[in-house]
Parts: sequence; structure tokens; C-alpha cells
Amino acid sequence: MMRLALRLLRRDWRSGELRVLLAALLIAVTCVTAVAFFTDRIGQALNRQAGELLGADLRLLADHPIPPAWREQAGTLGLRQAEFRAFRSMVMAGEGARLAEIKAAAPAYPLRGQLRIAPASFAASQAVAGPPPRGQAWVEPLLLQQLGLNVGDRIEVGDVTLRITAVLSAEPDRSGAMFSIAPRLLMNLADLPASGLEQEGSRMQYVLLLAGPAEAVTRFRVAMADRLAPGERLEGVRDARPEIRSALQRAQRFLGLAAVVGVVLACVAIAMAARRFARRHLDTCAVLRCLGARQAQINRLFLWQMLTLGLLAGALGSLLGFAAQGVLAALLGPLFVVSLPPASLLPVLMGLAVALGGLLGFALPPVMQLKSVPTLRVLRRELGGLRPASAGSYLLGLAVLAALVAWQAGDGRLALAMIAGLAATALVLWLGATLLVRLLRRLPRRGQVAWRFGLANLSRRPGASVAQVMAFGLGLMVLLLLGVVREDLLDAWAGRLPADAPNRFVINIQPGQLAEVRAFFREVGLPEAEFHPMVRARLRAIAGKPVVADDYRDEHARSLVEREFNLSWATQLPVDNTLVAGRWWQAGSDGKIADAAQFSVEEGIARRLGITLGERLSYDIAGQTVTATVTSLRSVQWDSFRANFFVLSPPALLQDQPASYITSFFLDPRHAERLDALIKRFPNLTVIDVSALMTQIRGIIERVVLAVEYVFLFTLAAGLTVLYAAIQSSLDERLRENAVLRALGARRRRLWQSLASEFVTLGALAGVLAAALASVLGWVLARQVLELDYTFNLWLWLLGPLVGGLGVGLAGLLGTRRVVSSPPLVVLRQA
Amino acid sequence: MLQSLSEVVLKVEGLGKDVPALAGEGADRLTILSDISLAIRGGESVAIIGPSGSGKSTLLGLLAGLDDPSRGRVLLDGVDLGALGEDDRASLRAEKLGFVFQSFQLLPMLTALENVMLPLELAGRTDAHGRAAEVLARVGLGERLQHTPLQLSGGEQQRVAIARAFAVGPSLLLADEPTGNLDPHTGERVIQLLFDLNREQGTTLVLVTHDRELAARCDRVLGLQDGRLVSGA
Ligand SMILES: Nc1ncnc2c1ncn2[C@@H]1O[C@H](COP(=O)(O)OP(=O)(O)O)[C@@H](O)[C@H]1O
Ligand SMILES: [Mg+2]
Repeated sequence: MMRLALRLLRRDWRSGELRVLLAALLIAVTCVTAVAFFTDRIGQALNRQAGELLGADLRLLADHPIPPAWREQAGTLGLRQAEFRAFRSMVMAGEGARLAEIKAAAPAYPLRGQLRIAPASFAASQAVAGPPPRGQAWVEPLLLQQLGLNVGDRIEVGDVTLRITAVLSAEPDRSGAMFSIAPRLLMNLADLPASGLEQEGSRMQYVLLLAGPAEAVTRFRVAMADRLAPGERLEGVRDARPEIRSALQRAQRFLGLAAVVGVVLACVAIAMAARRFARRHLDTCAVLRCLGARQAQINRLFLWQMLTLGLLAGALGSLLGFAAQGVLAALLGPLFVVSLPPASLLPVLMGLAVALGGLLGFALPPVMQLKSVPTLRVLRRELGGLRPASAGSYLLGLAVLAALVAWQAGDGRLALAMIAGLAATALVLWLGATLLVRLLRRLPRRGQVAWRFGLANLSRRPGASVAQVMAFGLGLMVLLLLGVVREDLLDAWAGRLPADAPNRFVINIQPGQLAEVRAFFREVGLPEAEFHPMVRARLRAIAGKPVVADDYRDEHARSLVEREFNLSWATQLPVDNTLVAGRWWQAGSDGKIADAAQFSVEEGIARRLGITLGERLSYDIAGQTVTATVTSLRSVQWDSFRANFFVLSPPALLQDQPASYITSFFLDPRHAERLDALIKRFPNLTVIDVSALMTQIRGIIERVVLAVEYVFLFTLAAGLTVLYAAIQSSLDERLRENAVLRALGARRRRLWQSLASEFVTLGALAGVLAAALASVLGWVLARQVLELDYTFNLWLWLLGPLVGGLGVGLAGLLGTRRVVSSPPLVVLRQA
Repeated sequence: MLQSLSEVVLKVEGLGKDVPALAGEGADRLTILSDISLAIRGGESVAIIGPSGSGKSTLLGLLAGLDDPSRGRVLLDGVDLGALGEDDRASLRAEKLGFVFQSFQLLPMLTALENVMLPLELAGRTDAHGRAAEVLARVGLGERLQHTPLQLSGGEQQRVAIARAFAVGPSLLLADEPTGNLDPHTGERVIQLLFDLNREQGTTLVLVTHDRELAARCDRVLGLQDGRLVSGA
């Protein structure tokens, strides 16, 4: 049976029967694996890029010297290591003394990213390989300014005197501590003992940096996570700053989405191509049955064929996908600071899974109908056509698809949302297509014969018309999503970080200084800024239960609990925040909020710490306990670079607690001196420059946008395949029909017109549906999945029907030109 | 049965047809029709008989201008089909030619009535509906107008096909084994219908068959063997 299957398959291949199915399958696998290979590599590169923000792939922070066990383990796994110590200390120069954040680093520092130095403040910077050599120090401009120093001057750090040889412009991991209080001084670790600062019992942070292949890093994490001693904390790329984390998460969602859409489209194309394949094999099966083939044998025959086809397409498609991805990598590689890591082999498995899953799930249902073709068909061809596809017969396929979606989405909620979205899309497509085709039937039959004929043809086979409108609609919807909505989404995302996004934070503003600082801002022409109060507090109890760090398995949660929180108060929900549960407090008619004992908690931290709506939280604020109920949860756009807080309360709850103020604003680099004036006037203020971090994040976004656009190119190919398959699906029927019409004397022009009117109408109807769906999906994607603002694009409604009508019309005529050009004698030969 | 033996309506001169012997290899060609010459007068009924594979369908297709001959020419009412473009041939068919196939070739999603209306509409006739209903009534299917081919028996389907062929009142009707897919009894009824209509409308009838009895009922019998005309056996 297998030999017969292969022989028939070869025959089918030669006669071109398999071309469409194999092409659909191949494009499917190619596009899916190319996306997978590519996202795999980009994903790795992105992680590595984000690793720059830690200066490593992973780092261990401890309040005591790093135990040798850690280094040994890292050594065994072949990870690269570097080390630094960080602490605060006064540094002196002549008469002046200032607090500095000192980092004493070993020569291997940093493992990821680069240090940049400049010969003078605000001069052009250049990258260097490691920390300053012994006896030298690099400092941030602020420290030079505070102490009135220049490059070349000497500075005392404890007992050691260092020469300042450069201005420190950028540290890959500086952004890791946004609320650093003082300017940085970077020195060589070898100079630390001579300073005598280590013995002083000053609070010193010991940091071990690690980098290496992703698996080794993961193995290290897994191995060591349980062996963390008190005071030790592991930080990976994903625990990096929330700004980076959101950017990365969003990037992966974009890429995953592109892949999922590709898979779905591919499966639709496979289903349509397989149906055609089955229809064209009805006769073969009828004859086989006449010759005594049992149903099981016929089943086995086609199963073998599908299996062979699947393996072939899986292997070939993976190869093609790899090649396609290589081209992309060559195009995009130079844009990455780090070199693109080689692709893993996982996508090949995915390619095979897609090929086999797609075939078994979507090609098998119509092909399995072949076994029950009536033998009588040999005598009467019109007997025993294919039954229309039922959703039930595709259950397996839908399950396979759902599994793929889940795998791509990576997280359950997103997967569920996507599956629900896909199901809803299918339903809307079906309902819309049915409705439109019904309406078409009601249309009065007027005008030109050809036109009438085309329209009549559409409503004469409502089933096929609905299926085609759905397929065209799906394809067009993807085109619209890719062409218009994607642009909007990417713009919205890039717009998150406009050129004038805040790049400076000023903290430690005392309540008494607030009015003065505000006036000063106006005076020197700094932009109008919002000032947010900040109350330092330690979380003591959740729902009456004392909070103990050891109760949390998650290291991140542990470190959150050990740290001090910054609470704030607000009357209105801040602009970057969205309420996800509960209610925001409302002021009464007297302008006061009746119940002040309320907290609004950021949803991420709430999940991490196990805080739910309605629970009471107790904070220790300067020795005093403040308790209030959680009445709402918020999601926060951390990458907006505005001051945001994990926990907010109504003003009355915290107003009387000791607070300082924070503000953020955009400082035009040309007006840097205005900030100097601020520091001179208010020496207690700390200014934090986040422009370097923003540049890094902008870089990531740009790269991701580029990657996403390329990945979508493949999804586009899948969308076109669907359109192609939809046109092909009706080709045979049209071929015969038109041959009869021509035998009866129809002129070719009339056939062209009739075909054109059919395809243009189908396309325009599909375009209307596509525009509607693309609008809704764009909105859902923006708001629910990617958490971006989205404005409806009216162009869709014009473009949809226009592109649909013209595109499908043209493609339809091209795809069916054989219908009109082949000699009508075929009908005679079919007897 | 002979009407006034008017002038020749269909004239065939030295007609031949070759096909590639092997798909893809252009050099070797297989001759399936060679050196066919014949003339058919208006109102005549002619049977073409011959064993399967002798080239009957090919000849009929060439007579209708459904394919291009390799040699020779076909003149329909004095017009050389080979000199016309595809579309002009189509117009000629719409005007003058009716066709009945062995496998009926009704369009499955159209009703019987719509199938018969088809050539009328193509010819731009405004009374398509009335005329189609009339012809269907004439073939005894006046009650089945709204049924689709799948709801009709083979004999009924072929009668619809005959109604379709006669709808425009063609001057020439070509039928390729019209009874080949029917049982003898039904076949007989269909043939009777063909002859009746032929007589009523003065149509010229060219009939392909391998049924000698049926052939004998025609005015003239042409034998085809290996692509050549042999004396009417
Ligand atoms: N397009 C073609 N390609 C190859 N062989 C053909 C083609 N058309 C007809 N033939 C061959 O020509 C011969 C005559 O065919 P046909 O006219 O259908 O015969 P008949 O109708 O008398 O049974 C057959 O041997 C057939 O196989
Ligand atoms: Mg034949």
C-alpha cells in the first residue's frame, strides 16, 4: 500500500496535481520556520542587548564578599566572570568634599555593553574596553562640577589618591540604579585595599557579573537559585529595569503575533488546497473502489501520501526557512551591537510539527472523505462530491493550531486571548460573509449580461461564495493589518518615547523648597513639570499577616520586600496608568475624598507579592504604622519615563508623613547649564540623567520595529498564499463551466467580464469585511495585547474594498486565465 | 425525410489533426485524423460511426471550431472557421450551432431552466425565459423547470441538454454519442426527440455513435477508422 501511495504521489507530482498543496505547505513551513529561526536569533540578541543594561547576562549581588562556591560553579559551566564593588563614600579634593557613588571594578568589567569616556565634560565620548588602570579614576561631570575639578586633577578616595584621567560618559549598568543619590566615581578594584574603605564597615555591595551561552546561564540560575544566602540576590536580564522589561515583552509579543498569524493563514491555505486535491482524486478513488479497494485501504493510501508530503514539506520548508532567515540576518545583523547568535535547531521541529499538524489537521478531513466515494461515480460523475467542510471535522486541526498558538504565545493568558480572538475572527468572517452573499442575492439583476452573469454565479453557489469571501477577507485583513494597522501600532509604540520624553529626574526636593524650585524652573526657562510627593515606607503586613522575605520563593519578590517602597499620593489617576481592577477614589461634592484609607497598587507588584483587591496593607513610615485597604489595581507604562509609583493613596492618608518630591522633565542638551544653576542654588537636590538609558531603549525599539517589519513580510507571503489558494479552489469548476459556455458560443470578452465581475465583487465584499475586522483587531491588539493607544484609521474603509476589488479581481483573472484561454475541447475529452 | 436538398452548409477539405506523441516531447507527433473531406447539405442527417479511439470526437470538435485543425479547413455556410478568431467562432456557434455531449455537461448549480436560458442569454435574446420554458416543455420537462441536474435522471438531463442545444434554433446540431450514457430504452426516446426536432426545425444533424441501428436511421453514414474516412459501412 505504501508503494502504491508513493507511486501515485509521484504521478500526481508529475501531472502537477500536488503543486498547489505542496506550495501552500511549503510556504507555510518556510514562513513559520523563518519566523521561528529569526525570532529565535533576534530574541537571543535582544536578551543579550538587554544584558548590556546589567553589564552581564546575570549578576549576583551580595552584602558580603562573594562566596567562592559561586565562582567555582560559574567556572564549571564555562561562564565568563567579572567583579566590582559599589559603595558610597565622601571623596575629597583640596578643600571640597562630596558624596560619590564609588565603583571599584576588576579589569574584565563589563561583560556586556561598553564603558564610554570623554576627555572633558560634554565632549564627544568613545568606548573603552575596561575600567581605568591602577591609580586613575573616571568620574561623572557632576562630580567635577561640584568639586570644581578638571580632568587631570587629583582626587582622594579614602587613603588613596587617584588621578582623574577622563570623564565617565556612560556605564552599561548605570541605569540599573536610577535613584542613585550621588555622582559616580569609577576606579580599579586593585586600588581598593589601599583606600582602606573596605574595612570601615561601610555598606558595600559585592557584585559578581556572569555571561555566557544562554543554556549555561540558565543552568547556573537553576543550580544556584536555591542556595542563595540571606543578603544575596540574583538578577537576570528579565529582572532588569521595568522600562527594559516592558520593551522586551512588547517586542516578543509583536514577533510572536507575526508568527501566529503566519501559522493560521498557512493552515487555511492548506485546508483549501487539500480540498481541491481531494476533489480531484474522487475519480481515482471511485475506480480504486470499483477494483475492490476497501475503505481502510484507501484511508491508508492517503495517510501515507500525507505523511510523505508532510515530512518532505517539513524538511524542505525548514531548509528554505533557514535560508530566508539567513538573508534577513545578513541584512539586519549589522544593526545589532552584539553579533547575532546562531539559530538553534528548535525551529526545525516546529517546521515538521507545522507541516504534519497542518496536513493531519486541515488536509486530512477532506481527503478522508475519499474513502466513502460511491463506486457508482465511475458511471455518473456528478455523484458523490465532497461534503461541505464542517467545523467538527477540523477539530484535530483546530487543536493543533491552538497548541501552536499556545507555544508561540508562551503564556497562557495571551494564548487564550489569541485563540478566543481567532475564533471570534472566524465567526465574524463567516457571519459577515453569509450576510453579504445573502444581500447579493437580493440585488436586482440589471445591467450588462456579463455583470449579471457574474453576480448570478456568486449567489448560485452561496456555499462556495461564502467560503471565498471568508478566505479573501482573511487574506485582505492580514494585508490591511500589516499595511496600515502595523504602521499605526509601531508609530504608537515609537511615540511612547517621543524626542522630548523626560530625560532628567530631580529627586530629594524638600516640601519647603517646592515653591522655590517651581519658581526657579520658570525663571531659567525649564519646562513646566509635575512634582510628585514621595514617602519612604516599608511593607509590614498584608491582610494582617506580617510580611517576611523568606515567605517568597521569587527572588525578585524577596528583594522587593526587603527594600523601602516609595509611596505617593494623588487625586487623579496618573496619565500613564490604567485601572485594571477596583475603583479609583472619587472626591465628594466638598472636593474631599471621603475615605482616605485606600491604596491603589500596581498590578505587577500585586501579583508578585500576592496582594489582592480588598486586602489591607500596613506600611511602616518612619516608625509609624499606616494601614489602608487596596481598592484598586493599576497597570503602569513604565517605559514612559515619567515618575510612577507602585502604591498610591488619596492625599489625606499620607500628606502629613515626611515626604520629599520628585519631578521629571525634558532637558534640551543645549541648555545643560540651566541644570547646573539648579544644583548650585539647591545643593541638596540630586539630578539623575536617564538619557543614556533612553538612547538604549530607543535603540532596542528601533531594532525591534525593523525585525517586526521583516517578520511580517513572511506573514504577508502567507496571506498571499491564502488568496492564491482561494482562487485556485474554484479553478476546476470554472474551467469546465467556461468550456461549456464557450462551446455554447460565449465570446471570450464576455467570459473575462463575467469572471472579473465575480472576482471584483468577491474582493470588494471581502474588503469591507477585512476593513471592519482589521479596525477591531487593531484596536484589540493595541489596547489589550500591546497596551498602546490606538486611533481608528478611516483609510481602512477606503483601502479595504478598493484593494480587495482591484487586487482580487486582477489576481483572479490572472489565476484563471487558463479558464478562458484553453481550448474548449476539454469538455469533450472529459466524457 | 429528405427536405429540399439545399446547398452545402458544412464543407470539410483535407482535414487533419496531429497531437504530440509524448507529453513534453515536441518532435514526435501522432496523427489522429488525416485527410478528411466531406460535404453536408442543409437539413441532412449524418451519422459518424467508428470504433472507440477512431477520432470521432476529435472530428466533431473540429467541425464545431472547438479546436484548431493541423491541416485542411472547415467551412460553415461558406465561412472558413480557421480564418476566424476564437471569439468570432464563438459568436458563430452562438448563432448557428447546437451541441449535445455524451456526458450532458449541464452546469450543476443552475436549474434546468437556467441551463437552457444560457445560450439564449449569450446570444442576447430578450425572450430567454419564455423560449427556454417553451423548449423544455417540448422535450417533456415542462414540470421540471426549477430542478437542478442532480435532481434529474440521466435521460432527463440529456433531454435538458437537447433543449439547450435547440433553444437558439441552430442550423447545425452536433451530438457526440448522445445516448452513450443512457440505457437503450431511454436512449431510444432521446434519439427520437433529436430526429423529431431535426425534422421540425429543419436542422442539419451530425451524430456520432457506434450504434449501427441508430446510424441506419440517418440519411447518410460516414465510417471513421484510425482517423480516416472509410466507405459508409
Ligand atoms: N489531446 C490529445 N492528446 C493525445 N491524444 C489525443 C488527444 N485527443 C485525442 N487523442 C487521441 O486521439 C484518438 C481519437 O480520440 P477521440 O476523437 O476521442 O476518439 P473517439 O471519440 O472516436 O473515441 C484517441 O486515440 C485519443 O487517445
Ligand atoms: Mg468520443
